[in-house]
Amino acid sequence: MLLFVEQFLNGLQFGLLLFLLAAGLTLVFGIMDLVNLAHGSLYMVGAYFAATFTAWTGHFVGGVLLALVATLLVGMAVEVIAMRRLYGRDHLDHVLATFGLILFFNELVRLIWGPAGMNLTLPPWLNTAVEILPGVYYSMYRLSIIVVALAVATGLYLIVMRTRIGMLIRAGASNREMISALGINIKLLYTFVFGVGAALAGLAGLMQAAILTAQIGMGENILILAFVVIIIGGIGSIRGAFIAAIFVGLIDTVGRAFLPDILKLALSPAAAATAAPALSSMLIYLVMAIILVVRPAGLFPAPGSR
Amino acid sequence: MMPALSLRNIVVALLLLMLLLVPVYALVVGNNFVLSLFTRIVILAIAATSLNLIMGYGGMVSFGHAAYLGIGGYMVGILAYEGILSGFVQWPLALLVSALIAFVIGLLSLRTRGVYFIMITLAFGQMIYYVGVSLNRYGADDGLTIYRRSNFAGLLNLSNKTVFYYFCLLLLLATIYLTWRLVNSRFGMAIRGARSNDRRMHAIGFPTFRYRLTCFVIAGTICGLAGVLLANHTDFISPAVMHWTRSGDLIVMVVLGGMGSLFGPLIGTVAFLALEEVLSGITEYWQIIFGPMLLAIVLFARGGIDGLLAGIRRG
Amino acid sequence: MRKTLVAASALLALAAGPGATSALAQQKSVKIGFVSTFSGPTAVIGNDMRNSFDLALDHIGRKMGGLPVEVIYEDDQQKPEVGLQKTQKLIESDKVDFVVGYIWSNVLLASLKPVLDSKIFLISSNAGPSQIAGELCNENFFSTSWQNDQTPQAIGHYMNQKGVKTVYLLGPNYAAGKDMLAGVASTFKGKVIGQDLTKWPDQLDFSAELTKVKAAKPDALFVFYPGAAGVQFLNQYVQSGLKGQVPLYTAFTIDSLSLPRQGENALGIPGAQHWVNDLPNAANKKYVADFKAKHKAYPSFYGAQSYDAVGLINSAVVAAKGDLTKKDVMRAEMRKANYQSVRGPYKYGNNHFPIQNFYLQDVVKDADGKLTLKTVATIIKDSQDEHAKKCKMKW
Repeated sequence: MLLFVEQFLNGLQFGLLLFLLAAGLTLVFGIMDLVNLAHGSLYMVGAYFAATFTAWTGHFVGGVLLALVATLLVGMAVEVIAMRRLYGRDHLDHVLATFGLILFFNELVRLIWGPAGMNLTLPPWLNTAVEILPGVYYSMYRLSIIVVALAVATGLYLIVMRTRIGMLIRAGASNREMISALGINIKLLYTFVFGVGAALAGLAGLMQAAILTAQIGMGENILILAFVVIIIGGIGSIRGAFIAAIFVGLIDTVGRAFLPDILKLALSPAAAATAAPALSSMLIYLVMAIILVVRPAGLFPAPGSR
Repeated sequence: MMPALSLRNIVVALLLLMLLLVPVYALVVGNNFVLSLFTRIVILAIAATSLNLIMGYGGMVSFGHAAYLGIGGYMVGILAYEGILSGFVQWPLALLVSALIAFVIGLLSLRTRGVYFIMITLAFGQMIYYVGVSLNRYGADDGLTIYRRSNFAGLLNLSNKTVFYYFCLLLLLATIYLTWRLVNSRFGMAIRGARSNDRRMHAIGFPTFRYRLTCFVIAGTICGLAGVLLANHTDFISPAVMHWTRSGDLIVMVVLGGMGSLFGPLIGTVAFLALEEVLSGITEYWQIIFGPMLLAIVLFARGGIDGLLAGIRRG
Repeated sequence: MRKTLVAASALLALAAGPGATSALAQQKSVKIGFVSTFSGPTAVIGNDMRNSFDLALDHIGRKMGGLPVEVIYEDDQQKPEVGLQKTQKLIESDKVDFVVGYIWSNVLLASLKPVLDSKIFLISSNAGPSQIAGELCNENFFSTSWQNDQTPQAIGHYMNQKGVKTVYLLGPNYAAGKDMLAGVASTFKGKVIGQDLTKWPDQLDFSAELTKVKAAKPDALFVFYPGAAGVQFLNQYVQSGLKGQVPLYTAFTIDSLSLPRQGENALGIPGAQHWVNDLPNAANKKYVADFKAKHKAYPSFYGAQSYDAVGLINSAVVAAKGDLTKKDVMRAEMRKANYQSVRGPYKYGNNHFPIQNFYLQDVVKDADGKLTLKTVATIIKDSQDEHAKKCKMKW
């Protein structure tokens, strides 16, 4: 039982992290109709910034805030320089162009920071384990990721549902022509949305960096999972992305945690030992394929989107 | 039709002439590596051409196309490992399995559209990749070394590098010819029509789902053939060829060369691999040049290199 | 770096190429192709190997048996097919006399056939998959490192000595990972109460696995996470609160490359290795001192093995008096391991893998307060891998 609680938290933490990444992706996709493979690069850039700035300032929270601002700026710069010219183009053009950006960013990071990767060192108050239930210790840092990500998710929900900007964003996700007809400065809105998406990716990256360290190419694998999330959730839907992210996080963790034991019930120990890692690796893809076969536009397709 | 002497036709003709002469060059300079490199290019061009059939003409962007490279390759590898070396058994079986798997994937995936189609094919590709990783008997992650190439009972000696190269080139030309015939048939018109307006094609009485599925299976089978050739070329097969990044490479080759153009995938493959070789020779940080180059091609050359050559704008 | 200019020029113009190497030129130098990973996060390992290989060449004056040495470095990008392609290029285009390097088992296995088909000597300075030690052993293949099972077997012995009764095993789900876990299990006399293979190389979060370890309450935890994954694993091991609860034993997880980034997390965590930077032989002292002077860091075992590869090749070329066609003479000489290895003297088994000592290493601070590795004890003397029995080669 205690094991289950801990594994649930592990899954939740991973899911929330995926949500931060997926939120920006699904907004950009839903509003600008842009497939941005380079979203993972912003995740990486956020991680490197945080590692650099915390080392410079010697202050964890300060460094992290600086990194967020810097990632926001990089995101807006990328939008103005490259992405802006890609709106309205074929999705495959997006794939090719942003694939090029991935290569560029990876190489740039290697040039600036070297190939070895970087550590984001946690302050002592985060680098411990706390007793969450009698006898159950859980990493303080992972717990704080859960709290921060939940706070960001709530904030995002409030902005999207309760503010004027949020209204425009929602309108944009379901009908793009509509908001331009309203005479809104579309260019500015797009740059803003892209920047926020970048900052969210950066936040996910820097939070992950304290656990996994900052590495070149760290964005690519998790990017695919983020895509899985927005596809399962339905493109353009923040709510869908949230539910799908938690779902994917839990499935992945539960698969890794319990599949070997479950398979042992049905197979010989040796067969279970080889089948379990393979099956838990492909579990997420299996789930996505099944969902898409049953619901070809994801669980919560945004109204009016394709 | 294009005029016979357009820039684009000249480039294609020169490219084909160059491909024909590669073994001669290798012989003259005594450098077999060039031959080996071009064999790889030709094989990947077959894979890219097959992807172009569904992606460029049919609008079905498969992000799991590299899976068939692995399926074809693994059929050769596994059969060779089990002592079945005859190409007359290996090859048809490999194509059959590729076709069957393409059929199942297509049947399930074609229910979705657009980006959802991209992602569901990615999902199937990744599942097949992880199956490859778990094949413990056949080397799992490490891959499988193939000690004997497919044996065609004296009809064809695949171990002779020049023979093998020309054989691959022949199959590439055959694939391009087949694509040309398909695309310009009634079947091809329906596929292309379904790309822009599925409902209308369906309404006029075309069984578009069946047509698209058939097209998907043909492309999968051809790519399976490329896998068979690749395994014979490298004497090796590993799950790495099925990873999603490889499917991404294939897409990039096609888009780079020019989607929905007959020779586009070939041009794209040559350009992609040649750029990789040339740039990585100049600097270790070559991707910092290559990346923006891809971006520039998208921004300034719609329709890829082929579109650039033809000087026409594609939407 | 000249890298692939040959192919590039061939691509650009089909006119007369500069790539051709005449047979005459070959006898004027010893050509060595070095395949390793020089891009991506594991480039750190490749660079360390290159630096040590280069240093070893400097130490012999860049000449072997009177012939100048020419090295061509190729990047395998950690991908089997790329490694294979680069290996083919070295053989067919550069016409090298030796192929050296290979970090990864799968890259080595993929590249094996073309090298051995062309009767060129292949010296692996890291990867040691069980197949090549066993049924695939070859007279032209030599290892200057170890066979995958040997190091974890030593750790298994050490855990027995420490009185460990139950152990939990963790490692990545690829060939070397499986070899490592099997290696520990083969010598460990207690009970293996749990084992997890994680997705490689993309899974870097080990929370689910660490939670299972915590629940299983073993006496010890054994892990194998090479390269950057070792940094990430230790980070999470400490954060989860397991350090202090379940002692950690490692193989190839803490080395001088990962140590600067693992920092204090690694203090007091034991590992087994056939070479440690403080081994007291003369060759090693010179190597470590010169490496530190040149690169301002401790060399790693990857580097030490590459340094040794130069010694091994040099002994062969000298024995053949620079006549590189005398393969038999060179092979016979290499079988003697007749050079100053930085690990101290060792012998070759019939499968051309070293029969060597394994040491227990610990993480300590050096005189400047920098973290480094220190030899604590000899765990096992003259260890030979199990697979040698399956190798049919006799000499």
